[in-house]
Amino acid sequence: MTYVVVGAGPSGVVAAETLRKADPSVDVVLIGDEPEPPYSRMAIPYYLTGKVDETGTYLRKTDGHYDTKGIRYLEGRVASVDADAGKVALEDGSSQDYSKLLICTGASPIKPPVEGLDSPGVHHCWTLEDARQIIGVAHEGADVVLIGAGFIACIILEALVERGVNLTVVEMEDRMLPRMMDETGGEMIKRWCEKKGVSVQTGVRVTKVQYSDGAGDGHLAVDLDNGSQLPANLVVVAAGVASNTGFLGGSGVKVEDGIVVDNRLMSSVDGIYAAGDCAQGPDFSTGGWSVHAIQPTAVDHARVAALNMVGQDAPYRGSLVMNVLDTMGLVSVSYGAWEGVDEGEQSVVVDEEGFKYLRLEFLGDHIVGALSLGRTEHVGVLRGLIQNRTPLGEWKTILMANPQRYMEAYVDHSQ
Amino acid sequence: MAWARNLLRVDLSKGTSTNEPLNMEWAQKYLGQRGLATKYFVEEVDPKVDPLSPKNKLIMTTGPLTGTSASTAGRYSVVTKGALTGAIACSNSGGFFGNELKNAGYDMIIFEGKAEKPVYLMVENDSVQILDAAEFWGASVWDTEEGIKTKHGDPLIRVASIGVSGEQGVKFACIVNDMDRAAGRSGVGTVMGSKNLKAVAVRGTLGVAVDDSKSFMAAAAAGKEVLAGNAVTGEGLPAFGTQVLMNVINETGALPTHNHRDVQFEGANNISAEAMAEPRESDGKPNLVTNQACFGCTIACGRVSTIDRNHFSVKDRPEYHKASGGLEYEAAWALGAATGVDDLDALTFANFICNEQGIDPISFGATVGAAMEMYEDGVISTKDTGGIELNFGNAEALCSLAELTGKGEGFGAEIGLGSKLLCEKHGKPELSMSVKGQEFPAYDSRGIQGMGLTYATSNRGACHLRSYTVASEVLGIPEKTDPLETDGKAGLVKAFQDATAAFDSAGLCIFTSFAWTLDDVAPQLDAACEGEWSTDKLLEVGERIWNLERQFNMAAGFTGKDDNLPARLVKDAAKTGPAEGKTNGLGKMLPEYYEVRGWTGDGVPSNETLDRLSL
Amino acid sequence: MQKSLNIDPEKCTGCLQCELACSYDNEGVFNPSKSRIKVFKFEDAGRFVPYTCTQCDEAWCMQACPVDAISLDTTTGAKVVSDTLCVGCKVCTIACPFGTVNYNSSTGKVIKCDLCEGEPACATACPTAAITYVDANWTGLDKMRAWAEKTDAGTQVSA
Repeated sequence: MTYVVVGAGPSGVVAAETLRKADPSVDVVLIGDEPEPPYSRMAIPYYLTGKVDETGTYLRKTDGHYDTKGIRYLEGRVASVDADAGKVALEDGSSQDYSKLLICTGASPIKPPVEGLDSPGVHHCWTLEDARQIIGVAHEGADVVLIGAGFIACIILEALVERGVNLTVVEMEDRMLPRMMDETGGEMIKRWCEKKGVSVQTGVRVTKVQYSDGAGDGHLAVDLDNGSQLPANLVVVAAGVASNTGFLGGSGVKVEDGIVVDNRLMSSVDGIYAAGDCAQGPDFSTGGWSVHAIQPTAVDHARVAALNMVGQDAPYRGSLVMNVLDTMGLVSVSYGAWEGVDEGEQSVVVDEEGFKYLRLEFLGDHIVGALSLGRTEHVGVLRGLIQNRTPLGEWKTILMANPQRYMEAYVDHSQ
Repeated sequence: MAWARNLLRVDLSKGTSTNEPLNMEWAQKYLGQRGLATKYFVEEVDPKVDPLSPKNKLIMTTGPLTGTSASTAGRYSVVTKGALTGAIACSNSGGFFGNELKNAGYDMIIFEGKAEKPVYLMVENDSVQILDAAEFWGASVWDTEEGIKTKHGDPLIRVASIGVSGEQGVKFACIVNDMDRAAGRSGVGTVMGSKNLKAVAVRGTLGVAVDDSKSFMAAAAAGKEVLAGNAVTGEGLPAFGTQVLMNVINETGALPTHNHRDVQFEGANNISAEAMAEPRESDGKPNLVTNQACFGCTIACGRVSTIDRNHFSVKDRPEYHKASGGLEYEAAWALGAATGVDDLDALTFANFICNEQGIDPISFGATVGAAMEMYEDGVISTKDTGGIELNFGNAEALCSLAELTGKGEGFGAEIGLGSKLLCEKHGKPELSMSVKGQEFPAYDSRGIQGMGLTYATSNRGACHLRSYTVASEVLGIPEKTDPLETDGKAGLVKAFQDATAAFDSAGLCIFTSFAWTLDDVAPQLDAACEGEWSTDKLLEVGERIWNLERQFNMAAGFTGKDDNLPARLVKDAAKTGPAEGKTNGLGKMLPEYYEVRGWTGDGVPSNETLDRLSL
Repeated sequence: MQKSLNIDPEKCTGCLQCELACSYDNEGVFNPSKSRIKVFKFEDAGRFVPYTCTQCDEAWCMQACPVDAISLDTTTGAKVVSDTLCVGCKVCTIACPFGTVNYNSSTGKVIKCDLCEGEPACATACPTAAITYVDANWTGLDKMRAWAEKTDAGTQVSA
């Protein structure tokens, strides 16, 4: 038996380890397409600030980790999958047979249809190589334009500020973090950024990036649809990501927003599984199928997929979307159905001056979603409350009056 | 170390706040909290100042041990010129506020001036904001505390605030922190209200360090072991709370009853610790829910209670069906024996209201007792009381007056004058059971002689917490003395006064002194603080503090003539119990006391004494 | 047998000596805000509940860490954060459904109970034996764990 895992991000690595641990008899092959040992994109911002070196981003720190675990690591990029033959073809012309296949190819940044984004000095911030390029240009005093103010943009934002650049953020939607924060939260983060010296332009599109060859880092001019132009030494594009599924053409694997998988993380093709950012799996909150491109889901997917691959019965109850973001010291968290649900109720407390915000969404007597800004204590318990569908009983009334007491509600229930 | 070495000065008139380094030279002479804040106060405030004038200051202060892991080390005090007394006031409170203030990096906050409109202070470490309190003005302590926590999104903010009573100028308004702990006496909340300062909210996350942490941990652990092994602090107080005293003091014949007409109360057992633990008829649950600790306290004497939901006071008022703090002995006595009410639920309700609206239950209960005596004597009538029939033992009257006084409304505003002004107003000054304007606490000095001298000489007016000779005279701590004897009491009172001043300046609870002497405290201070801290030095610091307070009061206009007791205690003999036939022998003890203090025959500290104490 | 922290809320008086001991042991100063164990006070019910990490088998925090900074101490069973590896991304703080991994903004790292290498300072400091460190099959924490199993996102089958 040969289990092949394609993609060496967090879900690929955890899946390979789980496969190995669950069934010591099989061959486990992990295929990664970057030259570095498997690393975490989550850690890239900390690499940008110098808080960790490149090795600090590695998913596993011990030398020879994969050899020791009996995981064969293969560097290469998969070009196609032949499901009938049980074979993946790599771009270098070689191929790898599999008994069962797990696709953990993650996602890639989207390049919006804007003229000039191929110019020198325009980068994504996705891979270690991107980060190296950015470090080369983002010196103190450099003019930097960040296109996009979503989750990925915001985790890079702080790193860029720490490097001392003059930063302007341009977001085409009407607020920062449109998919993680409501208007109140997005506005609060925007105000916070502006207070910290970052210029944030929301509801503005970049129409063109022009490059003129000059000395040093080069010169860029970023045209905006409001008629203004921003000079830049560096443009970072963080306008969203899309699942990496292009190589599945002709494989028979059903792809929508990502690879559609069932509650065992298996795709439409028997023996082919998917996990992580490329998988469109059961969604805990909606009961439908969603791509949740987040670290905890990547890891959960990986474990469940691996266990099912080795023949255990491991049903998956769905991923709960959750995000945590530190924007220059302002920590924001979102969970589940934070936008609320039909027939749901809402409890909110806002302290605009103190940069604190909490929004709980209820359905009946349990919590289905939450947004929080400016607090770090015990936030995880919101996950517990949501995923347990903890019946709140008398705490419902208390939380409707003051949502901040969620931790007490939890402790009171659990003890 | 131990000290944060930093104080916050808030000028409410100007709306500014500034940090100042703590005067460490003074810290070596006055330790902290009561002593050090009094030194600052005396240096900065004209003793003749009207307590309610913007020129009076109010200091919230911690001790060097506050915030450390020494047992009970979470205390803070409020030092000001008392609204009730016109004397130096220092009211000490437990709970969690003191630790928070220290953890925010402050040894003390000095409030000056008067805000133009109601404000509250919000302190989050080095962030200090004076904020508009319009939304909290007129709210109870409970609603204010809850409201501030909710508004600022942090349930761990600690709040010290005044209730409506403090806004309305009730003379014995206190400052309540953590819902049910209070800087209770002398009208410190009245002073706070006069400054338009509704609340002080603190969140501190900086940490408290000690000088020699290894020695400190050992000394603190040794101290805790002593407390755990002691019958009072290890067993009696955790199990029964201070209420353990109710029956004991009644049997001693020293439970002031019916405004000190009597020294024993028939209904004492009905309002005792034993009664609190007894299941009620209505719902089978006892009044007492649990004991609770203040910050860092390994004794945990605090009571948490509920009121019978069918009781007249809370029927159809579900907001009072929850558990809350009390009854402690002093409150149970004042609300009960002093007024002749032996309805435990009524007392619990009145006590909740005292916490909710920030009034000192001792002065409140005692003043109600005085009013009841005037009512029964025909001095006042229902015309004065707004229709309330104010007979001794009337539980309904007690409950209504608690609510009225808490809001400074109706006859409650009269009660809010305190017994001295109220009785003077009706031409019966002799019925006010007070010294320097402050009502007696729960020990009748005819049955416990030393307490007469304690009350008469207390620098903040009648008070048991300035020298708790009950410990010696009743409980035999540190050694038994005869409660009916006056011999030796002058020295005993001085020793207790000086030691207590040291405890009160360290950040510790005075209840530790049931088990600890300064010999137990000194090693903890010595390890935590810079400098040498021996028992002898602490005694000297305590004596220095006592004399400094005395000097302030003298300059404020008090004289030896104010070291006095109401005629009832020195002329009318106790009618029952072991002290039957006894009056208090203050006349004999006072001259001896002046002598052991090194004061002149008029009660003025002599130059030699002042020199000896470097004052 | 591995020991675990046993918590008996009935005995707790809310004194916070555990928080003092924990913060002193881990931070060198007395600072309850940095304590890994927290006492929750249910004011209206007169109830105090010490609360900390159960060192649960699922180890949500450890699984979620993107940089392998949380590891299992095989002697005590504790899940331990490595300060040198933690980058402060806080993913573990939202992944732990018990809310017992917290971010320490002054260090930029996360903190959680590590059982003090087998001598938990909180248990030593507790004056009423509300917190004990015992060999026990069915401790208060086990109850929490049992409850925790419901918190499962589908990974209840252990790898």
